[in-house]
Amino acid sequence: MNRYDVAIVGAGHNGLVCASYLARAGRRVLVLEAGQAPGGLAAGREFHPGFRASVAHTVSHFSAKVVRQLDLRKHGFGHSSPNLKTIGLDRDGNHVVLDGDVLSSTAAADAEAFAGYRERMTRFANALQPFWLKTAPAIGSAGLAGSMRGVPPRAPRLKAPSMTFAHMGYRLRRLGKREMREFLRVATLPARDLMDECFQSDVVKATLSWDGLVGSRLAPRSPNGAVLAMLYRMGEASGGAHAVPAGGIDSLVGSLCAAARAAGADIRCGAAVRRILIGERHADGARNGSHPASDGLAVQGVELDSGERIEADCVVSSADPQRTFLDLVGVPFLDIGFTNRIRRLRCQGLVAKLHLALDGVPEFDGLESPDGRMIIAPGLDAMEFAFDAAKYGECPENPVMEMVVPSLHDPSLAPAGQQVLSAHVMYVPYRRKRGWSDTARHAARERAIDTIAQYAPRIRDQIVACEFLTPADIERECHVTGGHWHHTEFAIDQMLMMRPTYQAAQYRTPIPGLYLCGAGCHPGGDLTGAPGHNAAREILQ
Amino acid sequence: MNVPDPFAGERPKLSPFHPRLKALNVREAWSAWNGYKFAEYYYDAEYEYFCVRNRVATYDISPMQKYEIKGPDAEAMLNRMVTRDVRKIGLNRVGYTLWCTDEGRLIDDGTIFRLGADRFMLTCGSPCGAWLAKSAFGFDAVTISDWSDELAALAVQGPTSCAVLKRMGLDGVETARPFDIRHFDLRGSSLMVSRTGFTGDLGYELWVSPEHALNLWDALYEAGEPYGIQPYGEAATNMARLEAGFIMPAMEFNEALKTVHFEHDQTPFELSLDWLVDFRKPHFSGRSALLREQQAGPKYRLARLDIEGNRSAEGSHIYRNRRCTKQIGYVTSAMWSPAAKANIALAMIEPKFLNGEMWAEIYYEKELRHYSRVARCTSREKPFWTPARARATPAPDF
Repeated sequence: MNRYDVAIVGAGHNGLVCASYLARAGRRVLVLEAGQAPGGLAAGREFHPGFRASVAHTVSHFSAKVVRQLDLRKHGFGHSSPNLKTIGLDRDGNHVVLDGDVLSSTAAADAEAFAGYRERMTRFANALQPFWLKTAPAIGSAGLAGSMRGVPPRAPRLKAPSMTFAHMGYRLRRLGKREMREFLRVATLPARDLMDECFQSDVVKATLSWDGLVGSRLAPRSPNGAVLAMLYRMGEASGGAHAVPAGGIDSLVGSLCAAARAAGADIRCGAAVRRILIGERHADGARNGSHPASDGLAVQGVELDSGERIEADCVVSSADPQRTFLDLVGVPFLDIGFTNRIRRLRCQGLVAKLHLALDGVPEFDGLESPDGRMIIAPGLDAMEFAFDAAKYGECPENPVMEMVVPSLHDPSLAPAGQQVLSAHVMYVPYRRKRGWSDTARHAARERAIDTIAQYAPRIRDQIVACEFLTPADIERECHVTGGHWHHTEFAIDQMLMMRPTYQAAQYRTPIPGLYLCGAGCHPGGDLTGAPGHNAAREILQ
Repeated sequence: MNVPDPFAGERPKLSPFHPRLKALNVREAWSAWNGYKFAEYYYDAEYEYFCVRNRVATYDISPMQKYEIKGPDAEAMLNRMVTRDVRKIGLNRVGYTLWCTDEGRLIDDGTIFRLGADRFMLTCGSPCGAWLAKSAFGFDAVTISDWSDELAALAVQGPTSCAVLKRMGLDGVETARPFDIRHFDLRGSSLMVSRTGFTGDLGYELWVSPEHALNLWDALYEAGEPYGIQPYGEAATNMARLEAGFIMPAMEFNEALKTVHFEHDQTPFELSLDWLVDFRKPHFSGRSALLREQQAGPKYRLARLDIEGNRSAEGSHIYRNRRCTKQIGYVTSAMWSPAAKANIALAMIEPKFLNGEMWAEIYYEKELRHYSRVARCTSREKPFWTPARARATPAPDF
């Protein structure tokens, strides 16, 4: 049977979430995944015999609503996994430990300041929280900013977008006058300004900046969405704390697949979509006015690399916007302005992935157990310098990174007694000035390991095998443009009704029947399920 | 002593025809077009207009922007950019066309010359290299070259234009149909001739490499001497094109990419150029927006008005009533037309009022005194100047 109601491009977690919702609503859904296993950036891979890892190594703000509605617990998503402490490593062993609402640091003043900081950030995060699961309002709709320019009117939905704006205003106003002003002041601050204002210790500042910067083309001094990224990541009940679910990230991907299949969706791996098939209807009497909906482009299905064709009147792409529009749809079917906005999206990732297979638990100086999320960033300047190198296409001398030892929480990831260390290494350019070669990759990997060795001196002796994925490698392995975590920058100009760009920011695209459901849509990347959830709601409307 | 020019690089560029134009520009009436020194008129605008209408006259269109678009993807790339079906422009044919933003607002109009199966020349009034580059993104097998400074061009217009070209030695040029392209050898240089123009009358445009420009000029003026050949400038062009009903940037339309205010630009439907929008061709930029506009109906229509009296209605507002209390549109260009013997105008009118009464409130000046008058307007179906010779093939001698 080669005809489905819906074909979903990509079995990343958002594709799977979307598939579940659509299948539950009675649609016949087929999910097509280019890779050999589902999961996208969350897919577990054996990088050395007996050792597994995935690009995404923790879960922090996955939507509780999605977990509940899709019965992911029942389908095997690990529950009651304890939150990891975030540990800012210090060369002298004076590590900063962030555990929920409590910050422990030798700088007593910082620990005290943290309480107020945390309270305020939590308040802001709570104010924004409802909007991550809403559809961003279309610019110019519902008479808010005059008539629409290029956005087709949709009568039944006219009220919703303006209500979202109104609701957002109301939520912010509810913060109270002082807090609302404060929110508007700090929302677009560079991370550094916020940190300098609140804290004194270099390690504290760097550690608390981390979640505003990781995965983005931002350093501490960059103005843009760093604070909003922190708040985005604090949006769920975890308050921004990370966890390795019982059964690992694999259990999340597994439960999403199981939920989708239970709802009736088919999932095919090793089935790369070569192009999205688009037909052109020219209704009779176009000249004397046929209805736009019945005249013009319409999705017809997808064609696989194998040449196989699958018919579907609805195609939902969880692939990134550039891949979706420029590669799979093709420029001839798109308007010129739209094409160039997609082309100009910033999609170059800056996070490399280091996987170490270790013969035992790594020993960090002054740390009892490496069972937290450990951050190596000695200060904001160190982060800025690392970014400076990457800006000009070089690898930093002293990379900064986030590490977890997921095998401590999910022993199935490594053979008995052995461990996996998984690290997000920043800032590693997608496009290295002199190009990526095995030598360059090797050098970058050694720099990362040397950096770890400054905190865990015995690490080199423990290494059984290692793997280093540059953003360019991640692009190839995970089929995501630029190897970018968020598919495209999580930045103010690419946020909300601008994500990925206007005319495609409500999951619909200029091509009838084609939808987006990936991290390139509102609200953005990370393991949240929100874009998949939101897209399904729009499709089912 | 050599004093360096502090304005070097900012001085107007000179057309390849400039040495001859300079000698004939008795009034030194220069303006500028696309950075070129350009004649507003040479001797007298109205005299030049009558030369266009009654004899033969030349208009230097070298400052026009010219781009070569070639490669296996050239046709598809252009077809996605413009509103007409480029596939239907045959070899050695020219097509007048429009291109729009995603929102269906007019960026510019121009002509596409098909020089080969996958080789085209696009000409237009304003630089559009940036838009072409954007349009070409995603089409791998296409190269775009800016020919603006590498091709001299001269329009030869008027009832005896064909006779003069024949006398110059362009044997068989009379058999060229409107919008045909012909290639000739002129005293050892290759000359491209298109039966095109901006006057609504019989006329041609001659395309030649800059180094042969003066040879062409001299041959043409030698052949045209008994016919009273005369150069004409921007002013006479504007009169002739208005009689023919052709639109002009900054008059009938504001280029969308240069428009700041919302909908201060125009759409093809507003400009009554419906025939240039082909919804049956493959997808093109702006199609969805244009289809929606066609559905909803445009906010304005460009109408040809015949206005009572002889006072030009330039800049007038148009009202539905004589008391001028309900405005329904505005005049974009207006003049007393000597050829039509009528007071003519192009005006943007709200469509629902097109069939009713229309009144222009005309302000005019007489020896420093200001007066106004309200004049009745009548909408005309056809252009004010559309002689049969403009379409006749073979083209008549006069």
